[in-house]
Amino acid sequence: MDVLWATDTSLTVREVSARLTQRNLAHTTVMTVLDRLAKKGFARRERDGRAWRYRPAATRETYVTELMLTALEQTGDRTAALTRFAQSVSGPEADVLRDALEVIEGSGEKDDGT
Amino acid sequence: MTGLEDAALLAVVAIGSAFGATALAQARWPRRSPAAAILLWQALGLASGLAAVGTLFGLALPDSTIGLVRSVLHVGTMFRAGGLFRVRDGFGAVGAMPIIVVGMRLACLAAGLILLALLCWVLVAASAAALAARRRQRVLLTLLAHGDPKVPGALVVDYPTAAAYCLPGLRSQIVVSVGTLELLGRGELAALLAHERAHLRERHDLVLLPFTALRRAFPKSGTCTDAYGAVALLVEMLADDRALRARPARELVSALVRFGTATPCPAPPGALAAGQGDVAARVTRLLQPVRPLPTAVVVAICLAAALLVTVPITVLFV
Repeated sequence: MDVLWATDTSLTVREVSARLTQRNLAHTTVMTVLDRLAKKGFARRERDGRAWRYRPAATRETYVTELMLTALEQTGDRTAALTRFAQSVSGPEADVLRDALEVIEGSGEKDDGT
Repeated sequence: MTGLEDAALLAVVAIGSAFGATALAQARWPRRSPAAAILLWQALGLASGLAAVGTLFGLALPDSTIGLVRSVLHVGTMFRAGGLFRVRDGFGAVGAMPIIVVGMRLACLAAGLILLALLCWVLVAASAAALAARRRQRVLLTLLAHGDPKVPGALVVDYPTAAAYCLPGLRSQIVVSVGTLELLGRGELAALLAHERAHLRERHDLVLLPFTALRRAFPKSGTCTDAYGAVALLVEMLADDRALRARPARELVSALVRFGTATPCPAPPGALAAGQGDVAARVTRLLQPVRPLPTAVVVAICLAAALLVTVPITVLFV
């Protein structure tokens, strides 16, 4: 997918293989992976003669945003599929937190002094 | 005991559980022993569901002397034998039951079956929805995430805002945003990872699942929403306690504070209003640790939870 996102035009399997310089992947492997990506909806393809040309279905940022919005539970969905570490707070709660930070940073300095 | 006596007993259990839930949600003692409180919550949830169904069954078949579930299963036989619509009056003679009584009993039976089906359905639906959402997350992570030596064992996503979460399941995963790596120091990141690993190891998602399902079944119910919020906070406190075994409290508190005071995201439409004050509650608890409840009290709570669940199960099945 990184290869597909890196270019503006659509690519054939051969062109994708050529750009995957870091890994020595067989041509058939690349073809299988691209086929699966197309079936899962991450890549779109169109016929060009006998070959397929692939392009990404959406930009990388779209997927990152989707991932993170779900993670931050911004989608209004209530499946509770994952557990967040903490949510952002505001107002008086934030003041409580900042006071707490001063307390621990103060005691930390005392530790360093001894 | 007759069906009517069963219904009365279970009604007491159901209403008592509802009051108990409200009381538990406002109590202070759960923060001292979150595990015991979570067990009690589970018992309250299970007991109230079973008791509500059982009350309706008991009202539908007030004269039955065998277990309520067996009575319901034999309704078909009784119907064919005519037993449902006959009643013995004070003189031992058999006569037809007034139609309105028959109607009310059938309504109770139907309501009991519908409630039972609804509770089973939302449990299955909530599990399926969570599994599907996690599957989608995992696929996206395969495409977008990478590792980082700062957070061994976790995945990193290129998102500038601080975000960290864990994906429970058989192929569990901890996910952290690039913004988090820039916000927290080494010790704070270690504390965060310890906290998330506790969630995964102890399968806190399963603990929360019944309450997610209840919220699905009764989205307008304040009690169900409060119950979910209370258990979610206790689960976080439990994971905080586990993290303290690996890292000093200062690091976890520092991580929580920096996370909480990072740029907030605008609240989405329909977002859960509960959860406000959770981070502050956790931080306060970590900074001024309270003594855990005495062992005798914890044992008493566990026994009470077991008793609470045993009553409706016995009445329904024995």
